[in-house]
Amino acid sequence: MNAFAGRMEGRQGVTGSYLEIRDLVKSYDGYQQAVRGISLAIAKGEFVSFLGPSGSGKTTTLMMVAGFEQPTAGRIVLGGREIAPVPPHKRNIGMVFQNYALFPHMTAAENVGFPLRMRKRPAAEITRRSREALAMVGLADFAGRQPRELSGGQQQRVALARALVFEPDVLLLDEPLGALDKNLREHMQVEIKRIHRELGITTIYVTHDQTEAMTMSDRIAVFSQGVVEQFAAPLDVYLRPATRFVGGFVGDSNFFEASGRTGMLEVAGLGTLSLPQAPVSASGRYDVLVRPEAIGLWRGSGDRAGHCVVPFTVTALVNYGDSVLLIGSSGDLSLRARIPFMLATDIREGTALSLSWRHADMHCIPA
Amino acid sequence: MTQGTGIMMQQRAGRRTTWLLLLPVLVFLAVFFLVPLGQVLYFSVMDPTFTLHHYLAFFTDDFYWRVLFGTFRTTAIVTAFSLLLSYPLSYAIVRLGGGFATAMLLIVAMSFWTSFLVRTFAWMVILGNNGPLRAILATMGWTPPPELLFTRFSSTLAMVHLLVPFMVLALYSVMKKIDYTLVRAAISLGATPFEAFRRVFLPLSAPGIVNGCTLVFIMCLGFYVTPVLLGSPREQMIAGLIGTQIEEFLEFGEASATAVILLCVTMTVFAIYNRFVGLDKLWG
Ligand SMILES: Nc1ncnc2c1ncn2[C@@H]1O[C@H](COP(=O)(O)OP(=O)(O)O)[C@@H](O)[C@H]1O
Ligand SMILES: [Mg+2]
Repeated sequence: MNAFAGRMEGRQGVTGSYLEIRDLVKSYDGYQQAVRGISLAIAKGEFVSFLGPSGSGKTTTLMMVAGFEQPTAGRIVLGGREIAPVPPHKRNIGMVFQNYALFPHMTAAENVGFPLRMRKRPAAEITRRSREALAMVGLADFAGRQPRELSGGQQQRVALARALVFEPDVLLLDEPLGALDKNLREHMQVEIKRIHRELGITTIYVTHDQTEAMTMSDRIAVFSQGVVEQFAAPLDVYLRPATRFVGGFVGDSNFFEASGRTGMLEVAGLGTLSLPQAPVSASGRYDVLVRPEAIGLWRGSGDRAGHCVVPFTVTALVNYGDSVLLIGSSGDLSLRARIPFMLATDIREGTALSLSWRHADMHCIPA
Repeated sequence: MTQGTGIMMQQRAGRRTTWLLLLPVLVFLAVFFLVPLGQVLYFSVMDPTFTLHHYLAFFTDDFYWRVLFGTFRTTAIVTAFSLLLSYPLSYAIVRLGGGFATAMLLIVAMSFWTSFLVRTFAWMVILGNNGPLRAILATMGWTPPPELLFTRFSSTLAMVHLLVPFMVLALYSVMKKIDYTLVRAAISLGATPFEAFRRVFLPLSAPGIVNGCTLVFIMCLGFYVTPVLLGSPREQMIAGLIGTQIEEFLEFGEASATAVILLCVTMTVFAIYNRFVGLDKLWG
């Protein structure tokens, strides 16, 4: 751990909510709402992702936290203090923009030193701390380079160092890796997580990439059309999506429509099943989710206790190398099943076989 | 024939086509620009045999020095005021965008479509003895209102007006390429909006400032119509002086020498610009 990380360490420690967003609403034109009442309580030191499709209000929410957009309604509280009246340059929030936003007329070191210069730190301190911050992102030897002399990944690191060097209370990143190729992305994801671990800084990470959100976050806020559909740990979002949208957006999915009460559900195409895990649904209707990887090949015959068994005809295969996605139908149902590659070597388009999955793997979402 | 020479012949043929395409404009430039220029050079050193006394006269006479210095001063003032007026306007056009930007850019473009002469005459009306500006000054209690026409003030004012569109376009073309996220980034890093402007936007708009100032400076140096029609006859600019030398004194030799000196001064400004920026960037 370098000197910079050491200084930030005292700030760690998760206690209650640190950044609280309450009933936040934003309308740009006074007519349509880009953000329609979002509430989130983020703990100190937490790494939270905003995940959602383009246009779902992630950037707008982030901009309100940063202070570049004024909320139409609602409150933002940081460390117990309402920050709506605080202008953006006094918020002490570090921000990394998607296109890096490095100052092209300054060297890497001058870019990183900029926030310290704005805070009127002595020259010697600026030099030392910029150097430490650049070392933290592995760019100690690039201090004198102009941004255009750096690769995309290196520019992103400089931007990160610049957003962290002044020890901000919160770090905001808006799709920071969107412009990088896949390998570099994965490398930077690991880097960002390492830095987050070392500094323990409260971080909001905007992305439309579900894998990125799943691998990096303590919790994920799933955005859709200006609301947060679910705010939970990655596994919860994946295994127990709160809404049909979340289930469909995060990971691959099979949905069945169902209706019924008290654990006995009439599931379209599958008959009446005992599903005690189903929560109460006011309407009596459900969307039932089964993940493709929960479905396996069934070579046996007849019923299987605690399982659904269906006949299946393959119409397409997608080979992922380690696994194969089978796309096909069972009667009127379309199904997607993901099975290990080794079990699928004899399967072709048109192959008829049996699939089965556990009742316990059927996640029931009240509709 | 080998393939190599075939390609070379093709290339040579291609080059010949290029020269043929350029021929009309080259002939035009030769006939209407180089020949007269040569004539001016010739006149400036022949009287009737070779002599440098036109140049000596220019450099030894206080009067000419004062005209040259006055021209530089006026040009500097016009350039400075054009910049001061154009920078906020260009900034507003880029920042506000939308209908305001369209309207402003249309107005700027329209002034390109109206000739310098027409707009200079318009200023003669506005600044004239019975013109609206003096009337307004009089009603505001400035009696008798000051004489405006035929002063350095009026020619400077009109030249600023005529050259602002050039400055605006030079600034606008650079400013609209500046990524405003950079300013936001500066603010998020703790810069006040003014500091963000000063340390990020202003330096990034510097190429526009240099371009605009060079353009306006060079155009103003050789301005003829406006200073002659609106300015004080006692404080001529250098182009006006050339006119007087020919029209009133029929001093073709001195006039030619003066013209050559103006040309050299202008070329020097271009050379400085080319040295530090590059001439190909002047038109955006
Ligand atoms: N400056 C703006 N003016 C008007 N509408 C905007 C502006 N920024 C975003 N929007 C609209 O608000 C909605 C949410 O956008 P945004 O927050 O950028 O979504 P995301 O970051 O999730 O892609 C979109 O419908 C978008 O068109
Ligand atoms: Mg966005």
